[in-house]
Amino acid sequence: MREMIVKGIHIDDTFAEAFNMRAAGVVITADSARWARQAAVTMIGFGTSVIGCGCEAGIDSELSPRETPDRRPGIRVLLFAVSTSELQKQLQNRVAQCVLTAPGSACYAGFQGDEVLKLGNALRFFGDGWQISKRLAGKHFWRVPVMDGEFVCEATTGLTKVAVGGGNLLIMGRNPKTTLAAAEAAVSAIKRVPDVIMPFPGGIVRSGSKVGSKYKASASTNEAYCPTLRGAVKSALGPEIGSVLEIVIDGLTSTAVAAAMRAGLAAMIKLGPKRGAVRIGAGNYGGKLGPHHFHLRDLLR
Amino acid sequence: MRPLVLTLRTDPDERLDLSALVPHRLSDKTATEIGKLELQTGRQRITVGDIFRVRAGDPQRVRIEGGTDRFDQVGQDMAGGEIVVEGDVGNQAGRLMTNGRLIINGNAGRWAASGMQGGQVEIAGSAGDRVGGPLAGEMAGMRGGVVVVRGDVGERVGDRLRRGTIVVEGRAGAYAGCGMIAGTLIVRRAAGPLPGYLMRRGTVVLAGGCDELSPTFLDCGVHDLVAMRLMAAFVADYSAAAGAALRAPLRRLAGDMAVLGKGEVFCVGA
Repeated sequence: MREMIVKGIHIDDTFAEAFNMRAAGVVITADSARWARQAAVTMIGFGTSVIGCGCEAGIDSELSPRETPDRRPGIRVLLFAVSTSELQKQLQNRVAQCVLTAPGSACYAGFQGDEVLKLGNALRFFGDGWQISKRLAGKHFWRVPVMDGEFVCEATTGLTKVAVGGGNLLIMGRNPKTTLAAAEAAVSAIKRVPDVIMPFPGGIVRSGSKVGSKYKASASTNEAYCPTLRGAVKSALGPEIGSVLEIVIDGLTSTAVAAAMRAGLAAMIKLGPKRGAVRIGAGNYGGKLGPHHFHLRDLLR
Repeated sequence: MRPLVLTLRTDPDERLDLSALVPHRLSDKTATEIGKLELQTGRQRITVGDIFRVRAGDPQRVRIEGGTDRFDQVGQDMAGGEIVVEGDVGNQAGRLMTNGRLIINGNAGRWAASGMQGGQVEIAGSAGDRVGGPLAGEMAGMRGGVVVVRGDVGERVGDRLRRGTIVVEGRAGAYAGCGMIAGTLIVRRAAGPLPGYLMRRGTVVLAGGCDELSPTFLDCGVHDLVAMRLMAAFVADYSAAAGAALRAPLRRLAGDMAVLGKGEVFCVGA
């Protein structure tokens, strides 16, 4: 594989291959930023990969009281899934179990769309007939009586079918410490990019997978990037690589994913090879599966 | 482009029906054609030109300079655009309007915004009885949109309100929100006796209290609800004073238990 060298870091001349996904968003508010975040973190839990979790979920941004419908601190959460029906199911279950239950919480549409998913329209039945419908400024809300007052929830939220899932960066370093430092720098930079999430723990995944397995499993470890197997398999790693981490990025648009990858790359290049990554790559399937190709060469321009 | 201006020449001798003077009915007409439109409600033929001096302009922006309480149905069936009346209007202003903005810089008569389905009505002065209410024989009153009355309103404001929001910055007469089916009515100053009488659903906020509340409303305690914050943010765009009144904790009274009992009246204070 050809490489480019930028400020001492080897950049693979390759691309990240990403796929079309369905996405929806919600804004969660509470009396304090702490409780808004608690509800959001609970909602996105076990939402790392569509393979095993049904959806990929993450926090897009923290919102000040000025930016939320009820003028309280808020968090915007994005969910991505491969089908509209699965996204509806995940959204409904997660808001019902994780947001409705959180003290003082309220839930609103994360964005408007021509197509919508049910939000409060599905959860209102918890009110057992005591729920109250309110239409304000063209928006429809449900007020559901709960033990600490009312759970306010917008009736629907927008759905986009042009979301992109699977943008990624492979971060390779001399040892786990410097590799993690590079990944953390990239995550920190990507968090500032709007309309994207990094669904894995802290935005980082250490168990990159390949399609298929010798067992009955749809995915298994990507041995080509496991440094401990370097001598035993056809490895993608040189002798200087002691650790590999990956950042997976889902975005509402391909532009947002590209912006996030660009920000991550720039942050790791700024950190440099001594304290961070010595090589950066991206995962793909040969370009035949996903319609979105994010070439690292283009992102460096 | 300048607005289409209708300047009052002389007060009419009889009540007039001004429902013809809405933007969508004027859009394909010249000033001369507009001048020939008939407005009479009696046997004597009266045209726009008899009452107003017409200055051509954008029919989406109609300005009526000078008013009288004999101007009925101003803005009736309005579907878009803007009408500004510099003066008083009579009954049924904004009745059945579906969109657009009707601004009355004066007082309005009875049934303002009756059966309104969308858009915005703003009355700088006071309004008569049954703001938003249905006419005889109609099942429901206002079904959408926003009405703001800067002054006082008469009896039965929000009668059989089905959807939409009515904000009264002044006082309201008796039976405010009577028979409400849904929607929101906010009265910033004192309301007369028996607000929410026989309301089934919907929200009445009485920031200035009321003379007498029906015993068929049940005290649910004082609450600081998120829904009121939402409502305050929405209402503040139309009335800063009413928006501010919603930000305080409010006592919730559920009723009217004489009927379905799923409505609510909010009052300020203990």
